[in-house]
Amino acid sequence: MPKLKSLEELSRLRAKFQDDVTLRLDVGTTITVGMGTCGISAGAREVMHAILEELDRRALDAHVTTVGCIGMCEKEPLVDIHQADKPTVTYGNITPAMVPRLIEEHLIKGQVVEEWVVKT
Amino acid sequence: MANIRRANVMVCRSTGCDAANSLAVIEAMREEIERRGLEDEIQVVQTGCRGFCAMGPVMDIYPGGVFYCRVQPADVPEIVEETLIKGRVVERLSYKDPVTGEVIPIYEDIPFYNKQTRHVLRNCGRIDPQKIGEYIALGGYSALGHALFGMTPEEIIEEVKRSGLRGRGGGGFPTGRKWESARQAAGDVKYVVANGDEGDPGAFMDRSLMEADPHSVLEGMTIGAYAIGAHEGYIYVRDEYPLAVKNLDIAIEQAREYGLLGEDILGSGFDFDVKIVRGAGAFVCGESSALMQSLEGKVGEPRPKHFHATERGLWDCPTCLNNVKSWANIPLIISNGADWFASIGTEGSKGTSTFCLVGKILNPGLIEVPMGITLREIVYDIGGGIPDGKEFKAVQTGGPSGGCIPASLLDLPVDFDSLTEAGSMMGSGAMVVMDDRTCMVDIARYFLDFLKDESCGKCTPCREGIRRMLEILTRITEGQGEMADLETLEALAKTVQSASLCGLGKTAPNPVLSTLRYFRDEYVAHIVDKKCPAGVCKALIEYYIIADKCIGCGLCRRKCPQEAISGEKKEPHVIDPALCIKCGVCHDVCKFDAVGVR
Repeated sequence: MPKLKSLEELSRLRAKFQDDVTLRLDVGTTITVGMGTCGISAGAREVMHAILEELDRRALDAHVTTVGCIGMCEKEPLVDIHQADKPTVTYGNITPAMVPRLIEEHLIKGQVVEEWVVKT
Repeated sequence: MANIRRANVMVCRSTGCDAANSLAVIEAMREEIERRGLEDEIQVVQTGCRGFCAMGPVMDIYPGGVFYCRVQPADVPEIVEETLIKGRVVERLSYKDPVTGEVIPIYEDIPFYNKQTRHVLRNCGRIDPQKIGEYIALGGYSALGHALFGMTPEEIIEEVKRSGLRGRGGGGFPTGRKWESARQAAGDVKYVVANGDEGDPGAFMDRSLMEADPHSVLEGMTIGAYAIGAHEGYIYVRDEYPLAVKNLDIAIEQAREYGLLGEDILGSGFDFDVKIVRGAGAFVCGESSALMQSLEGKVGEPRPKHFHATERGLWDCPTCLNNVKSWANIPLIISNGADWFASIGTEGSKGTSTFCLVGKILNPGLIEVPMGITLREIVYDIGGGIPDGKEFKAVQTGGPSGGCIPASLLDLPVDFDSLTEAGSMMGSGAMVVMDDRTCMVDIARYFLDFLKDESCGKCTPCREGIRRMLEILTRITEGQGEMADLETLEALAKTVQSASLCGLGKTAPNPVLSTLRYFRDEYVAHIVDKKCPAGVCKALIEYYIIADKCIGCGLCRRKCPQEAISGEKKEPHVIDPALCIKCGVCHDVCKFDAVGVR
């Protein structure tokens, strides 16, 4: 471990260690994946992994949490995206292949992907 | 390999929770997570003490902040399945409000926590104390950087003075002024010392801080050393805190590795290093001059105070000795500014204070609150009130040398000066809550007994005075007191207070004087009526069975070690006072409240 010799080096080190603690901090965005039995059997764990990988690939800060069965079993895997000060959007029948576009448009461009939103 | 971590399970691994099996919980959690193939997604983090010790082992899950109490290894599979996979709360492990029974699953919503102002304790329970990276990630060492590169030593001292920080060890001396004297003192070799001796029974603020956030103390000391011109520091930790010593050790090692301690810190040219010295079991070594003697390897005895440690302290060199909590406040003052610090608290006491709320309270634990909060808010809003529907009687603040404050003063705002005026003191922060089953005479006796053993013996007023006061109090609790004893007690107390060499002796009479001031009637009852109103002093009480309530189950009869209880099955039983040794077992085991004390 090379010794730190300046404030800039300390800042860089801080940024590097940030990953270890972001989960304990408020980051404003929470993505919730349905993980009841219905969700799991529809492939929700693969969807969740795809989301986690995409977030990592794009170095985005968002919390990913799980929730049990909310009753809309035929729309699983269900993915909720909640951002501070905005209404929560619920997406249905999400597959791992759909994840990159979901993250790109909703989180980065700030546009809801209407065709995938669950309409009741 | 993508970083797909999505949850942190924070488990407290401090001395308190360790004693309640938290290490086994951590291992069980790691095993279960691996068994379910979740080790890439979920990280188990060992943290230090977050203060809610009666609920231990405690566990926090982020994101979300779901909080679990009294977790045991057998609970782990359910937690993983329900909370980590399905996102559901396991209510039976959640915190329940002791009065309303309401389940409060989220950490932030628990009144014990959300009514606190956790500044000094900001990282306790949020980081793994054995990983410097986490301390740095949450902003650690940025204050040191700012101090070394953006401020002169004089500016730092000015900032600490303006903040109004007063020593958190109990003396309450303005920290900035202490630093200024040390800086101005003559001499090239100066020292900074952190007092981590924490001898007060029932106090564990310093322990928790040292275990859970050792870097905050190191960072504060480094800033202080830079300010006064010291290059060597010592942390004196009581030997009874092995985990604190270990975590401080690891912290020092890691800080050295990163160049945050040692030569040329952060490339600033400033050298400073720290060593840990362990105490050897003497309460008096928490007194600053005795501590320095002990640190030097001599017998831990205090010395006269006509010259200050800031001029001639450790090895006769200018020394700045502060409590670990005072040091931990420094990075905050440097980062956020003196004005920010001074905006919290009262006119005479700025900032926050940590307290260990223990005794007869529903939510015992370590808390941090702004100075000026009332005792009532601490005892009832945060502490949850007195268990078993009993009445609040008194709270002793400041450790064994503190005074007892009665119910009539519950609305007293807590700060250095108001507590001293009320006959007590801030001390290091222990707050022992007492209910109506506590005998105030016995309490005074108990603490004098402790202090008698801890007195170093160097000066006569303390060595002899405490012993004589104890003799008088013991006689009173045994029903052999006389009214003249009260005058003698008061005279003795005042002499010991004014003539003792150090703080131990000077404050030893506080429990006696304050209980005489507020609870004189109890003393009189013991002396004149030969009765103990609280039902504690064995010589003055009698255990008896309430015939109306006794159903003759015989449990007390079977449990009595002296076979002093007799009675037929289903008939009310009777205690023979001649055989009764007043151990109280019958009272404890009776399920029908049929055993009374008078």
